[in-house]
Parts: sequence; C-alpha cells; structure tokens
Amino acid sequence: MSERPESVAARFRKLPLRVDDATIRIAEEETSRVSVRDGVAEPSRVRLDRGAMIYVQIEGGIGYAATSDFSDEGLRAAADAASEWAKLSRGKSVFTSPPPKLPRPEGRYESKRGTTETLGRKEQVDLLLRECESAKIDSRIVERSASILSVRAEELLASHSGGEAFAEQYFLAPSLAVTAYDKGRSEGRSFGGRYGGFCQQGGFEILERAGFSGSGKQTAEEAIELLSAPNCPSGEMSLLLMPDQMMLQIHESIGHPLEIDRILGDERNYAGQSFVSLDMFGKYAYGSSLLNVTYDPTDPIEFASFAFDDEGTKAERVHLIKDGLLLRGLGGTTSASRLGDPSMAIATTRACAWNRPPIDRMSNLNVEPGTSSLEEMIASVELGVMMKTNLSWSIDDSRNKFQFGCEWGRMIRDGKLAEVVRSPNYRGISATFWRSLAMVGSPSTREVLGVPHCGKGEPNQVLRVGHASPACLFDKVVVFGGEA
Amino acid sequence: MKDHFYSLVDHATKSLQGGELFFATLVGETSDFVRFNHGKVRQATSVTQAHVELTLVHEGKRQSITISLSSRPDLDAARVDESLADLRKELQSQTADPYLVLPTEIRSSELEKKGRMPSRDEAVSDVVAAAEGLDLVGLLASGRICRGFASSTGQRNWHALDNFNFDWSTVHSADKAVKSFWAGSDWDRQELARRIDIARRRLGYLDKPSKKLTPGSYRTYLAPSAVDSLVRMLNWGGFSERSQRTKQSALQRLVDGEVQLSEAFTLAEHTAEGMVPLFDELGFARPGSVAMIQRGKHAGSLVSSRSAKEYGVTANGANEEEDMQSMVMDAGALPTNEVLRALDTGIYISNLWYLSVSDRNSCRITGLTRFETFWVEKGEIIAPVDVMRFDDSIYRIFGESLESLTSEREFSVNPGTYSHRSIDTSLLPGALLRDFRLTL
Repeated sequence: MSERPESVAARFRKLPLRVDDATIRIAEEETSRVSVRDGVAEPSRVRLDRGAMIYVQIEGGIGYAATSDFSDEGLRAAADAASEWAKLSRGKSVFTSPPPKLPRPEGRYESKRGTTETLGRKEQVDLLLRECESAKIDSRIVERSASILSVRAEELLASHSGGEAFAEQYFLAPSLAVTAYDKGRSEGRSFGGRYGGFCQQGGFEILERAGFSGSGKQTAEEAIELLSAPNCPSGEMSLLLMPDQMMLQIHESIGHPLEIDRILGDERNYAGQSFVSLDMFGKYAYGSSLLNVTYDPTDPIEFASFAFDDEGTKAERVHLIKDGLLLRGLGGTTSASRLGDPSMAIATTRACAWNRPPIDRMSNLNVEPGTSSLEEMIASVELGVMMKTNLSWSIDDSRNKFQFGCEWGRMIRDGKLAEVVRSPNYRGISATFWRSLAMVGSPSTREVLGVPHCGKGEPNQVLRVGHASPACLFDKVVVFGGEA
Repeated sequence: MKDHFYSLVDHATKSLQGGELFFATLVGETSDFVRFNHGKVRQATSVTQAHVELTLVHEGKRQSITISLSSRPDLDAARVDESLADLRKELQSQTADPYLVLPTEIRSSELEKKGRMPSRDEAVSDVVAAAEGLDLVGLLASGRICRGFASSTGQRNWHALDNFNFDWSTVHSADKAVKSFWAGSDWDRQELARRIDIARRRLGYLDKPSKKLTPGSYRTYLAPSAVDSLVRMLNWGGFSERSQRTKQSALQRLVDGEVQLSEAFTLAEHTAEGMVPLFDELGFARPGSVAMIQRGKHAGSLVSSRSAKEYGVTANGANEEEDMQSMVMDAGALPTNEVLRALDTGIYISNLWYLSVSDRNSCRITGLTRFETFWVEKGEIIAPVDVMRFDDSIYRIFGESLESLTSEREFSVNPGTYSHRSIDTSLLPGALLRDFRLTL
C-alpha cells in the first residue's frame, strides 16, 4: 500500500529548507486502456505512475525537481536540486521583478461520478467487441477498432509553509473508428474523432451520455456512405460546424492564441507564438457580437474541471471574449505577475504529470450557446456545407492561418440538407474568421467534448483539455475537398 | 538503474508459478531541463524517472502493467509483487492472444556510452553568456537515457547513453527567427558559443523587409529540416505494415504500385546509424537496416512481431506503433554550397511547421513555412518571406517535382520530450523542387 500523499507532504514540510517559497505537488495516476481490433482483444494497457514535483523560490530565482523517491532522502535530494536551480537562475531568469509567492490553497475536489461501479476489463472488452461486431456490415469495411481509456488521478498540492489542496478525479474517453476501402480509395469514420473527443470527467455513465452504444453500426454506415460520396466542392460558401469540429476550431484559433505564456514568448521555439498582443485585451473585436467564450472549470462533467490549478490559484468561470470583444487571456499567477497585473491571473497553469513543471494551458474553454436551432441555421443557408468530426488540423506559428479537414460533410442547398460529401476541408485566418460567425446554436445543439492529448511546452507536455460548444454557422468561408 | 532493474526482474522470476513467463522493459532517464526565453532562464527542472512495463504470459495469454520505480529496492520489489498478483488475477479472465509472439532465442546485449554532460551551472551560465544580446528561446535537455529489457528466460539487454540536446531559436523580430540545434555527448562551451554565433550572423538575412507571396506554385529548396518534417509526417502510420494492410497508410497508392516517387528517393529505417537500441520491446533483435522506399518504389514496411503473426510475414524489429525511429535517406548529387545557384529564383525554406495530412488518398500534406524562409533571385537571398501555407501531395513533391537532393545530409536527434526524451534520429538531405504549391 502506497503512503498517502498527505503523509508525504507532512514529511516534506519537516525538511529544513532555506527558501522564500516552496511547494510539493504529489501526483498519482492510474490509466487503463482497453482496446479491440477486428474482433480481437488487443493487449490492454495499465499504467501506475506516481511521483512528486518540488518547486522552490530563493531570492528571486526559481527551480524545480521531480522525483518518484518519496523517502526522506529522496525528497531532500529533490529539494536540494530545485534549490540549486533557483540559486543558479537568480539574476539570470526572465523575471524582471521577484516571482510571485504562490497561493496556499485549501480545499478538496472530487469528480462527480454518476456511478462508482466500474466495468472490469473483461466487461469492457465484451462491450467493445459487440460494437465492433455491429460495424461489420459490409465486405468493404477493412478495419474496426474501439477502445476505452479510463483514468483515476490523485493530486495533492501542498505549500511548505502550510495549505494544501487535494483532488481526486476520474476521466473516461471511449473511441471507435471504422475504415472502409473500395476501388483504390479509403474512407474513415469515427465516434467523436480519432483521438477520443467524447472525453469527459466522471464514471462509466459517460459511455451512455456519449451514446457509445450503437455507435459501431452508425459509424460503419457513414464510412460506407463516404465511399460513394462526391468530393466536397471548392468555393466560398457558408460553413456549419458541428460541435465535434467546433472544439478543434476553438482549441487552435482561440485557446492557443490566448495563452499568456505564448504571448510572452516562452513557446516560440516549439508550440509557437500568438497573433494576439497584450494591448489587444479590452479593445480587440475577436469575433462577431455573437461570440462569447468562457474559461469554465466548474462544469462537473467537462474534462478539465478542477478547484485549483497547479500553482494553487482558485478556479472560477470567467469570460475571455464577451459579445465578440477580447477581455483577457489564459495565464495563471506566475504569468500575471510577469505582466505586472496580478488581477489578470486565472487558474489555468497546469502540469501534465509529476515530472513536468506547470505552464499556462487552456483547461476548459467553451463557446457559449446562442439562440438558433439547428434547423434555423440550415434554413438560412443558400449554399454551404455542414462538417462533422475533425480529421486534420494545421495552423501557423502565430495561430492565424489555419486549415482544417473533417471526416464527413453534407451540402446545404437552398435551406435544406442535400448530398453527403467526402474530404471536406476549409481554411481561413483566425483574426478574421470569427468575425464571420453568423449564427450560434442554441443549448440543444451543445455538446461537451474535449481534447485528451493537447501538446505544448518544453519539455513537452500532453494534457487533458475540455471544450463545450454548440453548432455554429460561418459566412463566406473557403471550402474545398480532396484530390479527384 | 541497470542493476536495480535486473534485480527486480530476478526477484519477479523467483516468484513465477508453473508455466508462467515474465518479461520487463524499462524506459528511464536522469535529466536536466533548462528552458530559455529572451536569453534568460524560464524554468529549470531536474527529473529522475524510470518506468517499467511488466508483462506476465501464461497459456498464450498476456497482461501488462507499467509502474514508476522509486529506486528504493524494497519498495519497488513490493510493487512488483503487487503488480504480478494483479496481472495473474487479470489473466484468469482473459482469452489467449492470437497474435502473441515471443523470442525463442536468448540474445543479451549491453551498450553504455558515457559522455560529459553540462553541469547545472554550465547549463545555465554557458547558454546565458553565449546568448548575450540575443533573443534566444528554447530548451537544453541533458543527462543519461536508459532502455532495458529483461526476461525470466535470462535475456538481458541494456542500452544507456549520455546525451544533451539543445534545440533553440534565435529570434529576429515577431515570427522571424533562426532555428538551430546541437545534440551530442560531450559538452563544449566553445562549440556552443560558435554555434550560437552562427545563428547570430544568420540573423542578418532577416534584416530586410519581408516579402509577401501570393498563392501559387514556386520553385523551392527544402533544407534537411524541412525534408525531415515532411518525411516524419509520413511516419504517422505511413510505413506501418498494419496501416498498409488496412488501407490506412497515407502512402497506400505507392504501396499498391499505383504511383512511384522520383528514382532519387530512397528511404530506410537504419537502426545501425541511429541511437535507439538494437532490441525491441519484446526482446527481439532489430536488423541494422530495413528499406522502406527504394529508388522511388515501395520496398518494405515496418513489421512488429504482432503484425507478423497476424499477416503471416516476417517481423523486422518495429515497435508496436510501427513507426520509423532512425530515418536515413540517400543523398543526391547537389553540393549544399551550390543550392542557391541551382535554385536560381524561388523560395528557400529552412523549416516547415504544423504539418497534417489533408487528403490521405492522394497523400496530400498541408503545413506552413516557418523560420528562415527566403525569396531568392538569381542565386541571391533577396528577402525573408512571410508565413505561407502549402498543401501539396508527397507523390508530386518527391515525384515529378523533385529535381535533386543535396550531396550532404544533416543528422538530427529528435528533441521531443513527451513523457520521456526521444532518441529518434534522422539523416536526411535537402531537396530542390521544380515547384511547390502554396495556398494561403
């Protein structure tokens, strides 16, 4: 039986550290991936990861050290390494004024699970095999695969001088994908995208909430339909994005550009910078007046909900964009301090695991619903295309010029849904794209989705991010298909 | 780390019950990460980590669990005991794995490459001093990287190397920068200063006002880093036997013989010239080289032992993802110092960015130009070019459009640090293209 994190934190506090500030973040994560492919159970993956990151601040210098050795000697060695970094970086760091003292959080967060009953690996395999079997509808189906990713995560953030916050979270992400092939062409269709878009926080009730049962047959039917579908036409037209593409649009062209550490230049060598500059907050029309974007860590089922971020800042819902106007960015206590404006801090500085220091992330970033029904949006379109489920994504270094592709498209002609089209793609520029937002779907079109593997940071970090969005309609977008 | 790992496997082996087989793979490192921005330290972190995947096999069934080691012998042995008990329990409810294959020969090996890593003081002070006056941003990762395999049959494989990898950009202004990297096993302050100074001098090319191009086709030179981005994109399943069998490879038409690339294009997975171990995750030995594309034609795929069993073909040491880890492409005949003359008028692209397959059936890839992209006229660099999007088929880029490859190649170590430090490598030439399609 592993030692409880509270006990490890208590021993950490007894270390005689000569520092201005120090914290320990103890993280334990149990990950299980059960998967099947073409009627055969793949080797299941279980991972038990446990370790701690120690943060130290000494006379304006900061340092970090991670260890999975929780003995007194192990904690001492990590604290010494962090202290050495802090001393070495004094006077040589990006901080032009002393770094902030981090908050001393007090509290507890637990994922709300509709059921605490878990499916055993065999039950999960059986469920996945059933869905894959139901996708076996045609000899042109050449691969069927499905998986369930489930995670139990515990994290304790404790300050050396007192205050600690504990979180126990449960995550689930079902996936299913089908590939159809005929006459030299291959088409794929998936349930929520190839990377687990139906990811939420909670228990196994998420499978029902996501509508996983029955997804195999429907996904296969749509893959077969794509084989005979015409290529998506090229031209400037209306674009109706469904939530499982909206989430990528939000992620890439609102979320990442608003990360304060990008704006401060930290990511320029790797994940890129931003077309957004600090002087744009409070003044810049990011989108049309229909665009309302919130950072919302309070939705209990969304993937990245929590009570405190990894710097100990309390999480609260805030508007980043209101009625189209850009109000603030995504930066935590440290970034706000670097900006010289502590009031800008929101709780979104997070680490992917015990072995990485926290950086600014987007956590839950949502487009708020509007008032239009899906039928009203379709009826308003003379010529356009509805697109579902992200397939490809690319955006420039400044998060401006983008090109996205979807698995499935359907033409809209004279206010009515028309033929299904394959290889639908579109491109645009973030700085102008959101201003073409013409209608925002009502809550009835909203879905709570997410990105289980958002990559960023040096050293690299893959993190869970949530996105909730209604369907949205955009005017005059450049749309095109694949090669004939 | 090696002794600790082997002793844990010995410990587990002693507790095996009748007919059980056990093996373990280790991925570990002791790393110092110093992240820089504006030539100063942003975050400095030390990480000691070791993750071991424990696999129990019985009656054709297998179950695995990965645990993090604490480096404390008693504690880790207890975790292994707990894990084995869990694995044994899970196996009871499983059916046999039809694609399970295990080595029949015991092939132990050991490789240790020691180097001189920068001390923590050097990692900070040497870079900050050399970057004086520059807007330098990037990551220096250094320390020991370990990979291990050990089984209850007595096989022992160890692969450990000291390595540093400094990946940085020297920013001129806004999105204009010079991208550099330096990986090695012997830290040398003077060599660091020399390399940063090269970047400093190259900033001069970015002084001129940038040129805005309109979408269209342009004669283009792709430096080795840009070629690396394109080939690495194909690595998302493109060379995988499983992807090819299930018609999901972006290179499917090449695989099926419907198209071919230029005869100048030859690509291999060349483990012997890379840094990854000569053993795979199941303990099989990896061949020194496996041809993927030979003179423009499909020549082979990466076959894991699992795919080998499923499709009745021979495994060739591929990892479970069946992706390339040691990419080597044949050189061409164009001397690098004649690239500008040969390009004459067109675009010189040093780095590409954020690539994605935009149409799998035609192997069309989209992405953007990034740092050090220049407009060249009559062999002279005229101006940096503003970011442009490309969207073009690999079949065209490395097919009818490929005019020549450089005679010199660039060796690079993947700076990736997701979960752990990468030791994937590439050895690639630059490519001169007759045209390259820009779309936005």
